[in-house]
Amino acid sequence: MRYVDEFRDPELITKASEEIRRLADPNRHYRIMEVCGGHTHAIYRFGLKDVLPSNIDLIHGPGCPVCVLPMGRIDDGLAVAKNPDVIFAAFGDMMRVPGTQGSPFEHKARGTDVRIVYSPADALQIARKNPEKHVMFFAIGFETTAPSTALTLMRAKAEGVTNFSVFCNHVTIIPAIRAILDSPDMRLDAFIGPGHVSTVIGCRPYEWIARNEGKPVVTSGFEPLDLLQSLVMLLRQLRAGEARVENQYKRVVPWEGNRAALRAMAEVFQLRPYFEWRGLGFISQSALKIRDEYAEWDAEQRFPIPGTRVTDPKAAQCGEVLKGVLKPAQCKLFGKECTPEHPIGALMVSTEGSCAAYYNYEHRKAAAMVSISSVA
Amino acid sequence: MAHGAGGKASRRLVEGLFAPILFQSAEPLGDSAHVNIDSSVIAITTDSFVVKPLKFPGGSIGELAVNGTMNDLAVSGAKGHALVVTFILEEGLPTSVLEREVRAMAAAADRAGVTIVGGDTKVVERGKADGMYITTTGIGRFMPQVTVDAGSVHRGDKVLLSGPIGDHGVTILLARGELDLEADLSSDTRCVLSMIEAMVAEAAPGIRWMRDPTRGGVATTLNELARDCGLGIVLSEELIPLRDEVRGACELLGLDPLHIANEGQFLAVVSPEYADAALNAINQAEGGEDACVIGEVQSEPACAVLVTTRYGGSRIVDMLVGDPLPRIC
Amino acid sequence: MCLAIPGRIVELVPGQTHLGTVEVAGVRRKVDLGLIQDDMPTAGDWVLIHVGFAMTKISEQDAMEQMRLLHMLGEAEQAMQEVRGYGLDDGDDHTVPNPAPN
Repeated sequence: MRYVDEFRDPELITKASEEIRRLADPNRHYRIMEVCGGHTHAIYRFGLKDVLPSNIDLIHGPGCPVCVLPMGRIDDGLAVAKNPDVIFAAFGDMMRVPGTQGSPFEHKARGTDVRIVYSPADALQIARKNPEKHVMFFAIGFETTAPSTALTLMRAKAEGVTNFSVFCNHVTIIPAIRAILDSPDMRLDAFIGPGHVSTVIGCRPYEWIARNEGKPVVTSGFEPLDLLQSLVMLLRQLRAGEARVENQYKRVVPWEGNRAALRAMAEVFQLRPYFEWRGLGFISQSALKIRDEYAEWDAEQRFPIPGTRVTDPKAAQCGEVLKGVLKPAQCKLFGKECTPEHPIGALMVSTEGSCAAYYNYEHRKAAAMVSISSVA
Repeated sequence: MAHGAGGKASRRLVEGLFAPILFQSAEPLGDSAHVNIDSSVIAITTDSFVVKPLKFPGGSIGELAVNGTMNDLAVSGAKGHALVVTFILEEGLPTSVLEREVRAMAAAADRAGVTIVGGDTKVVERGKADGMYITTTGIGRFMPQVTVDAGSVHRGDKVLLSGPIGDHGVTILLARGELDLEADLSSDTRCVLSMIEAMVAEAAPGIRWMRDPTRGGVATTLNELARDCGLGIVLSEELIPLRDEVRGACELLGLDPLHIANEGQFLAVVSPEYADAALNAINQAEGGEDACVIGEVQSEPACAVLVTTRYGGSRIVDMLVGDPLPRIC
Repeated sequence: MCLAIPGRIVELVPGQTHLGTVEVAGVRRKVDLGLIQDDMPTAGDWVLIHVGFAMTKISEQDAMEQMRLLHMLGEAEQAMQEVRGYGLDDGDDHTVPNPAPN
């Protein structure tokens, strides 16, 4: 087993999409939200909408940590990076995200030491190798990524690597889902639950969605067959009038979550009383901050942070698209003032953002009449 | 900074700034220019090479410099005849490194059947030039039977690719050592002239267009074609040759192989009547065993590139915006 | 947030108990095993990798069970259609019930 190809088997994909067609009630219009940006990306990358019946609407949720990061936080991080002794390290996803004075890449062009890392462990390694500099890791991500940041901080402390700190922007997924469901314009039938966040937090945290809100949740993998199988499971529940949490991604998601990961997070982080989410406003208990025991490795304690707040242009309708109330193409700025090359709103900035994904994959396809004949 | 990566920003720089001021001709910009001297038409092209690190598995900057310019001529339908080369050297560069590159260039030129007839060198201060920058300018004669013209591309034409993609770009990324990945991969740098000559010998009348998918990858190159001819390019994902290691590295880093640079491949659009002959000829030529048809030209989606999967899903692939970046999301 | 891929542990790094070398389609990288220390993998195990850390072991059994379920999709319906095709109805309009949800 290689765990990739098998889940892209074209015959099984056809079978699964036929089953979906069979299960979907032609008199119903289904609105199913996939919370996680990675699922949004997978849906577009594999062209899955092409194999679904037209009465299933996949609504893109807010699970994109780059998209929900307020511009002010980028400005704050880059303010620290201006210091000539500081090396600013972040994932590739952050590099083109604009702050008010430009993106990390643009700062790099102006002389700031900006480095792409693939792992927080790589950032710590840069610190070990450059003792005369200070490495600040600009951390983003949901609960999938937070444990790795936590473990890295634990290692830094254990080794006494003091020229390293983390600017922590980790956020948690449940409050975001709550904000969606609390929104008055929202009408959703079911959720495709986060896949990799669930490897850490397990499936229990979603039970209130089924129990209190009456919406089925299926935690899903990211391959085409995973997503299609999750839709089969959701449709079966909807047909039967059920609302439960089910785990499609069993090969990787433990129902109880990953205790070691949760322990690491508890050791290093605590919840902020509130945090601003771009497009969604302030949400309480929704983000992580580094505990005092690790204050020496907390960039917000080691450096003066301006605390910049930036409001998005009123015309950008990111909040409504984030909550699934509007489709990307329905935002007035989409494709005109706001494109992946010059993004105005958060959702165009990250490749997982609904607007960027829609633009990159669907926009022109939807505009043209596509006739796909067999090739070669 | 985004302007060098070979995608949208580069194109805007060339079309928006250089072309109106510098280029007199209104012709669409190809890989080589046609210059008329007393009723002889010769091909001329130039390219700069700024790769880091200078040496990597499968090659070095010197080889890229020779092969790159020869390939630009070849995909324009011209056989490179002579090269001139400029070095910009960083003060303090070890002579052994320079000698190594000069030898590499001589060997590459020999393999490609071209002569290096002259050049220039400048030294700049320490801290500039990343060790060494090389520019090569090549001239050659156009192969008389071939016309490379995006305007001649028709619905139904086949898209041919000479071999697996992504080798060069991924090799460079790994050679920079920042990502701590190990793989058995080398740059695919080579001169593609002999494969093109073989194709021309068997299928010249059917060849509509050629280009080498360097920076920005196959996606960028085919998007340029789609724009220039106003038609749609539809590729079948499972037909695109890709080495396992390239696939693995791209999966790990979240990169799309279609956006990764190649230095030893070419794309050709050939009319359906000649496609088999063209492909056969390349397959028989040395180095052409992995060449295959990866797609065809259709009316829709106009000016865009569509990649389809076996199960009927599809996605639009756009030009690269900036460098391909690893992602975690 | 979500890009995590399966890789096979090819060796554990001697002397550094929290590191392992993982292979994905011929590409190797060291990953940190600290998050799965409660159930340490051995060489040959598959793990899910995210930002250089192993998040969990991949259960081959669960994966194969999933494939089995996928192969079975539509089989219940096919069986029903076959039965209908046998012409067993005696002129009445029997409603064939849908297969029960899983």
